[in-house]
Amino acid sequence: MKSSALLAAIVAALAAVGGLLAAQPAAAPYTVVMRDGRRPLPVTTVGGQEMFALDDLARLLGLSVREDALAGGLAVTLNGQTIVMAAQQPLASVAGRMISLPAPPVRQGRTWYVPVDFVSRALAPIAGTRIELRKASRLLLIGDVRLPQIALHVEPLGAVTRLTFEIAPPTPHTIAQEPGRLVVHFDADALDLADLRATPTGALQGVHAGDAPATIAVDLGPGFASYHATDEPADRGVARLVIDLAVQTPSATPQPPVPPAQPPSAPPLLGVPPSGGLRTIVLDPGHGGDDAGARGARGTLEKDVTLAVARRLAGALETRLGARVILTRDGDQALGPDERAAAANNNKADLFVSLHANASLRAATSGAEVFSLSLAEYGEQAQRLAHGETDALPVLGGGSRDIDVIPWDLAQARHIDQSTALAHAIEGALREHVPMSARALEQAPFRVLVGANMPAVLVEMGFLTNAAQERQLASDDFQNTLAQSLLNGILRYRDAQPAAPGLAPVATVGPHGEHR
Amino acid sequence: MRHRAGVFIGILVVALAGAWLLFVGLPRWYGSKPVAAPAAVAPAAAAEPAPARKITATLYYVAADGLSLVGAQREVAYGARVPEQARAIVEAEIRPAPPLLSAIPAGTTLRNVFVTDRGDAFVDLSSEVRTKHSGGSLDELLTVYAIVDALTVNLPAIARVQILIDGKEVETLAGHVDLRHPLVKNLEWIVHDTH
Repeated sequence: MKSSALLAAIVAALAAVGGLLAAQPAAAPYTVVMRDGRRPLPVTTVGGQEMFALDDLARLLGLSVREDALAGGLAVTLNGQTIVMAAQQPLASVAGRMISLPAPPVRQGRTWYVPVDFVSRALAPIAGTRIELRKASRLLLIGDVRLPQIALHVEPLGAVTRLTFEIAPPTPHTIAQEPGRLVVHFDADALDLADLRATPTGALQGVHAGDAPATIAVDLGPGFASYHATDEPADRGVARLVIDLAVQTPSATPQPPVPPAQPPSAPPLLGVPPSGGLRTIVLDPGHGGDDAGARGARGTLEKDVTLAVARRLAGALETRLGARVILTRDGDQALGPDERAAAANNNKADLFVSLHANASLRAATSGAEVFSLSLAEYGEQAQRLAHGETDALPVLGGGSRDIDVIPWDLAQARHIDQSTALAHAIEGALREHVPMSARALEQAPFRVLVGANMPAVLVEMGFLTNAAQERQLASDDFQNTLAQSLLNGILRYRDAQPAAPGLAPVATVGPHGEHR
Repeated sequence: MRHRAGVFIGILVVALAGAWLLFVGLPRWYGSKPVAAPAAVAPAAAAEPAPARKITATLYYVAADGLSLVGAQREVAYGARVPEQARAIVEAEIRPAPPLLSAIPAGTTLRNVFVTDRGDAFVDLSSEVRTKHSGGSLDELLTVYAIVDALTVNLPAIARVQILIDGKEVETLAGHVDLRHPLVKNLEWIVHDTH
């Protein structure tokens, strides 16, 4: 009696929640930005995949959805063109063209769910209007909305605190001084803001989104005296607004501002190549947690070797270079490739070095190898980006705009020459003390390198499947030799950099062949 | 007695007729074939459509030094359409072929092959390709390109290949090679003149 009452209460509660069964929108919703305003778009996680309900997309975009119960398929029509999907298959035919999806569409109760990428891969190409999915900022842009991406870098320079806003695409803006704060108005519908956290100084309390749309508020500290703003011309689709905040000096004479024209020395925030100097280095010990990586016959695990060498190298780099060194993992935990690249990107690292140990089906195979990313697999856009070209893309709905923000997917493309130079320097230094493979310097489409927004290489230190090398890789002596050689390689790379920023890359290495 | 003789003569006549057919008639009908091999030719020709029609394809195996792939000409089951031929080629790549060493882990099975009109092939492998893999980045490159190159080299209709595991798109196979997009032919991992 009691239990049936409880059951009834649960059923009633479920019904009150909305009657949807297993599908609970657990993930944070996306925000749809259109000319006539913003609205949330719920996200449901099914089988580890973030999905939109097809009904929500239908209401938003005017899709018509037909279900073929016999064939277990779905037909979605938009703008007179049809997308056909089958349950259980991570594929869709979009106006006759096959595309892949990260997961098949899923039906729960009466509702169909599709992966969020369905919007960018299937709907956007046939929509006839602009549809842009920004996964990083969980935004869905529909139609002609102006939503520049903005990132902030803060440098305390003694009496002056320098704020550098990177704005992509370049967007007209004005600055107004209000009591206790500066407000930057952008000529846009809204802003796509990256992390605005800033350490307070005498002149600065903090930076946050303003009260009005498309504004940023800079809260001034008690010591604030005056400000000086400079616009730097757009470089590769990214404009910079530099605001220097000066503090009151005891002598009451205004401090002459730090020369403003000098470009910021910090590495860029929005995908522009760094200017040289190694201040932060991110080391990535490969694998970890459940993913042990390669395994030697005596039980040596790749994940342990990579962490041990990374720790030794970190100590050496901190001592010799005075650099800040960050490990993507400093314990035995699993990390995805995006988390590894993000550790480097978020820390604005100047170099990213991923450490691995190899395995082969042939027990005799031995020697170290250094890889940089191969762009051939990433299509024409990647190769154009590598040569610093931007191009105008027709905007669905009319007009064109420059490609100004590099997709995170291809962040590495801009750094490919420097990555090749780094690989060459490390390979040369390793060769002096470490046995090398017959293919010691190579390029490959390695997942962990693609998203790194700085020069990046992957080092295979030796083969755990070779009995002699397994013993070496597990030994303190050899791990020290590896760390020392990697340090030497990084020093050689640094010393070969041009002193001034913006010069042509020092060395480019022929892609293959000479090391066969 | 008479009856027995009749049976004997009957058998003799059938045998002679068979012998004539075998040694004179068939060579005359298939005039260009050498007379020495009629017995081999006749049954095969008569059994059309052939159940075991073959094509010769270039397959890729792990080189002796473990650092590259080597090409080998092998007979592969004939497939009338591109997806069927693609399936036969990948199945042959997986099959052990001593003394050659397959780059694809033993125990892996081919679940499905789709080919789109634009020449993208989706090769859906069972999870053994991951669970039984050595885990080395080099072996991973060899596994991936043995499949990508065998399909793109032998089948001009296939321009790009994406590997799926258990029907799903994957980030990588063993933690290194980016499998989120279809891959084009890449002969960098093949050595040419070792034999």
